[in-house]
Amino acid sequence: MRTRFLIPALYIFFLLLPIYWLLNMSFKTTNEILGGFSLWPQNFTLANYAIIFTDPTWYNGYIASIEYVVINTVLSIAVALPAAYAFSRYYFLGDKHLFFWLLTNRMAPAAVFALPFYQLYSAVGLFDTPWAVALAHTLFNVPLAVWILEGFMSGVPKELDETAYVDGYSFWRFFFKIFMPTIAAGIGVAFFFCFMFSWVELLLAKTLTSVAAKPIAALMTKTASTSGYQLGLLAAAGSLTLIPGAVVIYFVRNYIAKGFALGRV
Amino acid sequence: MTKTVNHKAWLFVLPVVVLVAFNAIIPLMTVVNYSVQESFGDNTFFWAGVRWFEEILNAERFHSALIRSILFTTIILLIEVPLGLVIALAMPRKGPWVSVCLVLMALPLLIPWNVVGAIWNIMALPDIGLLGHGLNSLGWEYNYTRQPFAAWFTIVLMDVWHWTSLVVLLCYAGLVSIPDAYYQAAKIDGARPWAVFRYIQLPKLKYVLTIAILLRFMDSFMIYTEVLVVTGGGPGSATTFLSIDLVKTALGQFDLGPAAAMSLIYFLIILLFSWLFYTLMMRNEAR
Repeated sequence: MRTRFLIPALYIFFLLLPIYWLLNMSFKTTNEILGGFSLWPQNFTLANYAIIFTDPTWYNGYIASIEYVVINTVLSIAVALPAAYAFSRYYFLGDKHLFFWLLTNRMAPAAVFALPFYQLYSAVGLFDTPWAVALAHTLFNVPLAVWILEGFMSGVPKELDETAYVDGYSFWRFFFKIFMPTIAAGIGVAFFFCFMFSWVELLLAKTLTSVAAKPIAALMTKTASTSGYQLGLLAAAGSLTLIPGAVVIYFVRNYIAKGFALGRV
Repeated sequence: MTKTVNHKAWLFVLPVVVLVAFNAIIPLMTVVNYSVQESFGDNTFFWAGVRWFEEILNAERFHSALIRSILFTTIILLIEVPLGLVIALAMPRKGPWVSVCLVLMALPLLIPWNVVGAIWNIMALPDIGLLGHGLNSLGWEYNYTRQPFAAWFTIVLMDVWHWTSLVVLLCYAGLVSIPDAYYQAAKIDGARPWAVFRYIQLPKLKYVLTIAILLRFMDSFMIYTEVLVVTGGGPGSATTFLSIDLVKTALGQFDLGPAAAMSLIYFLIILLFSWLFYTLMMRNEAR
């Protein structure tokens, strides 16, 4: 079994190749890219990045994306916490049906909702704001957060709740002071998933914004429409979208595996 | 765990219900509304009954998009689930390499979907992309914008690159949760690696595998952005999956009635499969 490490090593190599290729392209001028095939930049340049950091339409796209992702993540977890608690601790009228109904929304194809969402958010005056995208993304993130948190909460014995009440804790004090720290790993995992699906989703984000709140990733189509196809710029913009994801993974790296395992697994 | 009956728990669920209902029920009613009407440009609508449903269900275009979606999902599940399982089994369980593996593997999951498309687009360019150039110099006349097979090859490879890690992470989490005592017992009994896998690891992995299959089924059946960026549904309509076809009808041609009817049929198909998986999963959990 000496060669066992080869399997993950090869897999990671395969994962990193396209990312390397993207970075490689981002340090080339468009002319060099179109000029021919080369494994690394011959004339190393930061010009593509300079364009993104000096042009407000580019960096505002970044800010817009971060804005709606953060609003969505906070909102999803805030409403999912009490709901997950209810599902993990009590039987109530229609609980199983409700749970499945919530899950069906995670299954709904974004393509189905694109047009009605456009009309709905235009009607309530939220079109082209980060709130529209953040609210629209709760459609699939809230069910997911409820699902994950419920798993973690079911792993906490009910005796914990009862002991706290005997000790004279009120419900909310118990919830914030004792319960939430106990399931911190679960909240971490739920945060990771909400962030992930809101950050990567684009069909809805693109449909619900036009200028002010256009996400960075949607702006990338710009490189194709103005002055030909600027591959270098496209690659630089793409490379920059990797950073928030990498940062989040770094913070939850210990939770990803442990976190999954503590949940329903 | 013993749960108690408490109908006041509804108060806890209320914010979620309100939020999701706003997002799910209003748009869904809009879709239902459109699906039974004929629309004209100036906002006038006429009752159309089930005409759109009949039309869509009999349309060649819908059938072929559906078949393509099913084929794609099948290929994806057949590759990603076993591959993810094998990688998870081979991963180290302890030591500094665990974090490195997890962080690097999770990376593709956090890339915006159109960037994933863009990455594979420039990877696969026949003359200057690493993949395209590589395949061509190996002697395969590869051009994904012209050959349907090359287009399929590219998007399947892209999806494997993009999502196998999800299966790996889930399986890995399942594997770590198996207590050491199980392995020691197997060792004492002199169990072969295959027996350890079949009788210790696989039963423990049943639940995570169901989640993995459920998530991969739903997401590959709904795939839109990545494919649109790479192939635009082409060449011809070789990679026009249900989502792409739907958006073309709804936002491209603004055929609200047929698009809405198609949405409902599409959603019902996903719902049916997901319900099957979900029931299976809950039955496993009850055991």
